[in-house]
Amino acid sequence: MKRRNFIQTAATGVVVPTLLQGIPMNAYSNNSILDALVNPTVDTDHVCVMIYLGGGNDGLNTLIPLDKYARLSAADARTKIMIPQNEILSLSGVPNTGLHPAMSGFKILFEEKKLNAIQSVGYPTPNFSHFRATDIWTSASDSNQVIDTGWVGRYLNQEYPGFPANYPNAQNPDPLAIQVGANLPLLFQGQNAQMSMNVSNTDIFGAWPQGINDPAPNNPFGKELSYIRTISRQSKSYADKLIAAFLKGNNLANYPTGNYLADTLKVIARVIKGGLKTRMYLVSLGGFDTHANQVVDGNKSQGTHATLLRNLSEAVLAFQRDLEMMSLDQRVLGMTFSEFGRRIKSNDSLGTDHGAAAPMFLFGSKVQSGVIGNSPQIPATLTENDNLPMQYDFRSVYASVLKDWFCISQQSTDQVLLRNFQNLPLIKNECSTVDIDDFNQKQNALQMSVYPNPVVHFAKINFQSSNAKTSICLFDSLGRLVKTIYEGRLSEGAKSISLENENYKSGNYYIRVQHGDVQQTELVQMITE
Amino acid sequence: MNRTDFLNSWRQKQAVSMPPTASLDPYVGPWNEKQAIHLLRRLTFGAKKTDVDTLVSKSMSQAVDQLLVLDTIPAPPVNIYSTPASPDPDVPYGQTFVNAPVNTTLNPLYYQARTDVFKAWWTGNIINQKTNITEKLTFFWHNHFAVEADEVQIAQGMYFYYKLLRENCLGEIRNLTILMSKNIAMLRYLNGYLNTKTSPDENYGRELQELFTVGKGLDSHYTEDDVKAAARILTGFRINIFSSPITYFFLFTDHDTSTKQFSSFYGNKKIAGRLFEDGENELNQLVNMLFDNTETARHICRKIYQFFVYYEINNDIEINVIRPLAELFKQSNFQIKPVLEKLFKSQHFYDAASIGCVIKSPLDYSVGMIREFDINTVNADLVKQYQTWGLVTVLNAYQGLNLADPPIVSGWQAWYQSPQFHEIWINADTLANRNRVAENINSSKGISSADISLKIDPILFVSKLKKPENATECVKECVKYLYNIDLSDTSIVYFKSFLVTGFPDDSYWSSLWFDYLETPNDLTLRNAVVTRLSSLFREIMSQAEYHLS
Repeated sequence: MKRRNFIQTAATGVVVPTLLQGIPMNAYSNNSILDALVNPTVDTDHVCVMIYLGGGNDGLNTLIPLDKYARLSAADARTKIMIPQNEILSLSGVPNTGLHPAMSGFKILFEEKKLNAIQSVGYPTPNFSHFRATDIWTSASDSNQVIDTGWVGRYLNQEYPGFPANYPNAQNPDPLAIQVGANLPLLFQGQNAQMSMNVSNTDIFGAWPQGINDPAPNNPFGKELSYIRTISRQSKSYADKLIAAFLKGNNLANYPTGNYLADTLKVIARVIKGGLKTRMYLVSLGGFDTHANQVVDGNKSQGTHATLLRNLSEAVLAFQRDLEMMSLDQRVLGMTFSEFGRRIKSNDSLGTDHGAAAPMFLFGSKVQSGVIGNSPQIPATLTENDNLPMQYDFRSVYASVLKDWFCISQQSTDQVLLRNFQNLPLIKNECSTVDIDDFNQKQNALQMSVYPNPVVHFAKINFQSSNAKTSICLFDSLGRLVKTIYEGRLSEGAKSISLENENYKSGNYYIRVQHGDVQQTELVQMITE
Repeated sequence: MNRTDFLNSWRQKQAVSMPPTASLDPYVGPWNEKQAIHLLRRLTFGAKKTDVDTLVSKSMSQAVDQLLVLDTIPAPPVNIYSTPASPDPDVPYGQTFVNAPVNTTLNPLYYQARTDVFKAWWTGNIINQKTNITEKLTFFWHNHFAVEADEVQIAQGMYFYYKLLRENCLGEIRNLTILMSKNIAMLRYLNGYLNTKTSPDENYGRELQELFTVGKGLDSHYTEDDVKAAARILTGFRINIFSSPITYFFLFTDHDTSTKQFSSFYGNKKIAGRLFEDGENELNQLVNMLFDNTETARHICRKIYQFFVYYEINNDIEINVIRPLAELFKQSNFQIKPVLEKLFKSQHFYDAASIGCVIKSPLDYSVGMIREFDINTVNADLVKQYQTWGLVTVLNAYQGLNLADPPIVSGWQAWYQSPQFHEIWINADTLANRNRVAENINSSKGISSADISLKIDPILFVSKLKKPENATECVKECVKYLYNIDLSDTSIVYFKSFLVTGFPDDSYWSSLWFDYLETPNDLTLRNAVVTRLSSLFREIMSQAEYHLS
């Protein structure tokens, strides 16, 4: 089973017309074009384009830990799907890490210092269900928390209070967020309304009917009636703005053909160029749920996963080039995410099952280029339960984007994400202060170790404190939070915290030390007799 | 009437809406068109006037009994795709392909063609449904036990999946769950056929619990270890691609014969490994265990409720509707019919606040339209017949419902994604598409593709009304059958303007109508009537009210 694009081909083989290309000129009025001309483009607005990799991307075959190559290639790990070592793309300055051979576009961006990879992003006690995990990622909730608003919805709600009443208006004529051929409603759900507009076919540029207006009664019928009326009213106005921007803009770079993601990104580049002030875009690329035939037997750098990553990488490179030629690259940030990564151990079907942490990528001319975090640790003994432990909470990435890209205050960021999260050096601009190399150095300066390891009865967690708020957690191989060992502020100097084997089931565990804005994760083995 | 006047007061303050009274006591209120249309729209696709008239002549209880009936399955889909120059080696033209073996040398285009034909055929069955719940309920279970034809890639398997759903939709759901676990389409879709003792594939074991049985309600606490234990029970089911028709078989050498231990959520139940062919029977024990857990009945009753009544389940409804229905479901040995009967005869179902609050799914929208307007979809030419059904399939796909190809194993978002649920059907994209449909289907060309088309014959619809010659009564009756709500006089006058524009008064419409009836072959008269009626229907179908059911 896999997720596919919202736009699908159907019974008679008729392809649903996609996006805005080929729209006849008479489908929209000249007035709307004039409207757009009197509303000058505001070039200072920052834009974030989110790319959802639907189905759960196999991070270990995307951002490949070269220093663990032998371990991962072993018969008890992922020998059946491991990419041939000589084909893995190297990354300058990061000897431990390489990219899947299909991702040459990402390699180019990395070498040009326009790509940021964040290792092992996840959250405590991961959920392995597609739809719960997607809800967690889009609502930015804790694992056991059900929240019915999305993090982008809350952010936009904060920026545009009162939406949808009195929107669009003269100051805010454009859609606040657009999903192009994608559909993750929870991501954009605000307190009172859905904050995004869906676009995938050309019908929205046709005539919008006027309406009768009998009062909506105070019951479920009235509620739904008002909802439909609101969508109709907004869409009419937004559609005019969108097509005006589309006509005013034009693409400058060549995009790959037969690549759905490239088609959608191409439209986005064009409307940004055309002056649309929309801040958030969502596009999606489905098919990452590679339980079976992730690779081709006998040619492991090819297969479903390779095709997906190639499409992703080529589309993103073309998009970035287009923005550069338009001189808009300083305004646009891209971000990939997926509902989970996949297991360390491959299965018997040339695939991988639902897993936990996985890398996220940010791209654009303003990202701090580099790899944040350590090459993931792989246990010496592996069962099908073993997952990558998280190094960074996904909400740290969101927090850094909100704070350092959209420049909202720490307090507002905490409100949107429901509490405070570690800040990461993802973006270089006026509101960011930390440098990525300093950050990685600071993390290594923790000099964390656990001794003795394996742990039979007791061990010590040793690290260098720099006087900061500290939290030390023990996770099991499925990423479940087993125990919070320490929570509080630690003074400067060498620290040694006790770790007790409280009759835990023997197996692989992880200690994660979060110290101020930095963290380290260490694999420990519990042996219980 | 100035149409722009209507725009100015569009903005509605959203109030906290009043839910209907939560009571499963039998409904004793009035039984007339309003209730009959409500019942028909929820249990079938659309409400045809002839069906409404029939149901109104009975009692509410008789009407529900008439609808809660299982229909026989139509003749299977056939080969319409091969040509004399390039025949299908396994299936002669005009014959069904559902019993064909899996032929790995078959032209790949024919694989896709069979799936396309199957999907069109299914849509055709929905269009041609009898006046009972069979097709609606089959679709409900399709959304529940979701598979994607695009992933299954064996059209024969999809046919037997549909047949299984349809034949059991009104029956014992525990048994349906057991059979579904061995269904070829499901084995393919959730990798059950790859699940083996040396390398268990958790996909089906997980979804069986999360989506099909106990669900993820607040009181559902199955564990990751329960997923793994279920996966081990489910090892060994394989697909025999050489049989015709295609079947599953149980390969006991791939089956995990160890004891499977479940968590306290399942009362720490142990299911002992069974040897040889007997290993297959662990599945029955597993499904029995899942249904013995109260969460399964509650989960299924919640889904029934959200599909047939409304998506919001407040505490009152949970306690006074869901829980009693779940209890009844268990007492009835997991027969679904008594549950549906209780619900559809209840006070709650006919409460005024329950009526008209469901946003039509694309299927309800398009098939409902076809049936309510008696749009002709019958074509004597076999290929054109399938193309017509295919055109409707595509219309639905445009609006986000690609039959037999839901976006994900949890079905369509409108039936699970909180807090929007049904509202997900309506966004800038899909609403624009519906408006385009309303425009085209009321045009002289209709919605067309190649040499087939779908269009509304407005005279056919209006002729069945009581007083088509009276402009006001005509509009009121149209609104009654197409909206099932009472509109203000202002709105009625607005709609009436489409019949009487340019006339000094309403009597000119009456004259026009009578003149047309006298000389129906007079094309000028006919065109004058059709133009006015078509613009009326386009307007009615372009309002927010039309998307509610």
